[in-house]
Amino acid sequence: MTSRYSIFSLMRNAIGYHQGWQRAWRSPEPKPSYDAIIIGGGGHGLATAYYLAKEHGITNVAVIEKGWIGGGNTGRNTTIIRSNYLWDESARLYDKSLRLYEGLSQEINFNVMLSQRGVLNLAHNLHDLREISRRVNAIRLNGFDSEMLTTEQVQAMVPILDCSKDARYPVLGASLQKRGGVARHDGVAWGYARAADGYGVDIIQNCEVTGIVREGGKVTGVETTRGLINAPKVGIVTAGHTSHVAAMAGLRLPIESYPLQAMVSEPIKPVLDCVVMSGAVHAYISQSDRGEMVMGAGIDHFTSYAQRSTLAVVEQQMAAVIKLIPILSRLRLMRQWAGIVDTCPDASPIVSKTPVDGLYVNGGWGTGGFKGTPGSGWVFAHTMARDEPHELNAPFTLDRFTTGALIDEHGAAAVAH
Amino acid sequence: MFLIPCPWCGERDEEEFSYGGEAHIERPKDPDALSDAEWADYLFMRKNPKGTHFERWNHAHGCRRWFNAKRDTVTHVIEAVYKMGEEKP
Ligand SMILES: Cc1cc2nc3c(=O)[nH]c(=O)nc-3n(C[C@H](O)[C@H](O)[C@H](O)COP(=O)(O)OP(=O)(O)OC[C@H]3O[C@@H](n4cnc5c(N)ncnc54)[C@H](O)[C@@H]3O)c2cc1C
Ligand SMILES: [Zn+2]
Repeated sequence: MTSRYSIFSLMRNAIGYHQGWQRAWRSPEPKPSYDAIIIGGGGHGLATAYYLAKEHGITNVAVIEKGWIGGGNTGRNTTIIRSNYLWDESARLYDKSLRLYEGLSQEINFNVMLSQRGVLNLAHNLHDLREISRRVNAIRLNGFDSEMLTTEQVQAMVPILDCSKDARYPVLGASLQKRGGVARHDGVAWGYARAADGYGVDIIQNCEVTGIVREGGKVTGVETTRGLINAPKVGIVTAGHTSHVAAMAGLRLPIESYPLQAMVSEPIKPVLDCVVMSGAVHAYISQSDRGEMVMGAGIDHFTSYAQRSTLAVVEQQMAAVIKLIPILSRLRLMRQWAGIVDTCPDASPIVSKTPVDGLYVNGGWGTGGFKGTPGSGWVFAHTMARDEPHELNAPFTLDRFTTGALIDEHGAAAVAH
Repeated sequence: MFLIPCPWCGERDEEEFSYGGEAHIERPKDPDALSDAEWADYLFMRKNPKGTHFERWNHAHGCRRWFNAKRDTVTHVIEAVYKMGEEKP
């Protein structure tokens, strides 16, 4: 049983020289069968398991992770959270997620360090400005917070941004979502893991799913590197590996896997207290609590499953960033890395039943699924428990590619992170 | 640097090329006869394999010609390049 974290447990353990802390979750052997299996121990998979237990009373659940939990995109992303999406369907889903984030640390008794420091999306030309204003208006009509800032207001908020007239990327204005911000990515994975484990969910790491077992069009379990595990319900939540795992059940998906890269600088004193995003140059920048500048790029230009950074992208990215914020040119990069993101043609996720009975898929979150973690887990747990989507994810089915009811956030979201 | 061998120009830096996605997706011969599901498959569904991938490239900042490549999506090793219209190796 996990003990509650509190100021008292902190004091008690401080007196014991911090030798008495318990493991945050167990490391059980896989059982022969479960009521439900989640493939993929990223934030989305762990959140799904947590909400299956909490909201639907389904606790005989295993999360099967081929590496370590949070070692995929969850632990590789730049942690920007916002809900300022254009289309009604997206706005509702992402705002559900943001609202869950707002109460998450209390709810799961784990500090996910949500910092609602505000997210700016810059406009560099007239077209950007019109597009962003349109989006701000659409978001407000949906009842969510969003506002337009003038160049002067942006400059006052971010003094280090080059807002001069002759800037390489002039700043004509920006949208601001004050409720947006960042959170601690590992904290989200670990917090959900610990909370799910508390309900009895088995988190099984270092175990790769190698096959999806079916009988008469129905799922019966999964083949893994640690043997066969049976379950009548299986959810695929494997981000960049969604196509790869779905193909084990003979499914074809409208997903392509691309590397997405990010990097951090050496730490400096606080210079940036909000998140700055620029769709036009594909850059997004924030400053971590340790002082590092956290900078993300656009996706690489060809598909790949290699989780490696490349010089070409780092170069392009830095060229853009130092034009936006010239003082950064003096900083050294400390680390750079890549994650494999699962992109959909309409830049919207698939949270859906599949043609195989008992098999569900939650993928295609692409470059922007960290913000969606709680909402994704919440609607996917509903979908798996009830065998039908919640109204929030009903538009995000696999079917939309056949019916044509796409949710085209590509142009709409300016930059989709 | 990642070098890509253009069938016409030889090995060049990756930045000279643009990517054209999965190769050998044939445009439907009789579009009117297609069901919605077949359209969806043609337009949106992709193999996206982990491993060998047959794909299109354009030497955009070079000879500007299109060609096909057989590339491993994990190691990025290009096992073959071949011209448009040629059989896959
Ligand atoms: C550089 C970068 C920056 C990003 N920035 C942002 C951002 O600022 N804001 C934002 O909202 N989003 C961002 N994203 C996107 C975000 O990270 C993802 O959409 C999100 O984290 C996906 O979560 P997940 O749990 O689905 O995937 P993951 O965390 O990748 O989890 C999937 C898990 O499945 C496991 N798995 C795969 N195959 C198998 C198998 N066969 N058997 C068992 N396990 C398997 C993997 O090991 C992995 O741990 C960024 C992504 C990257 C790479
Ligand atoms: Zn050439």
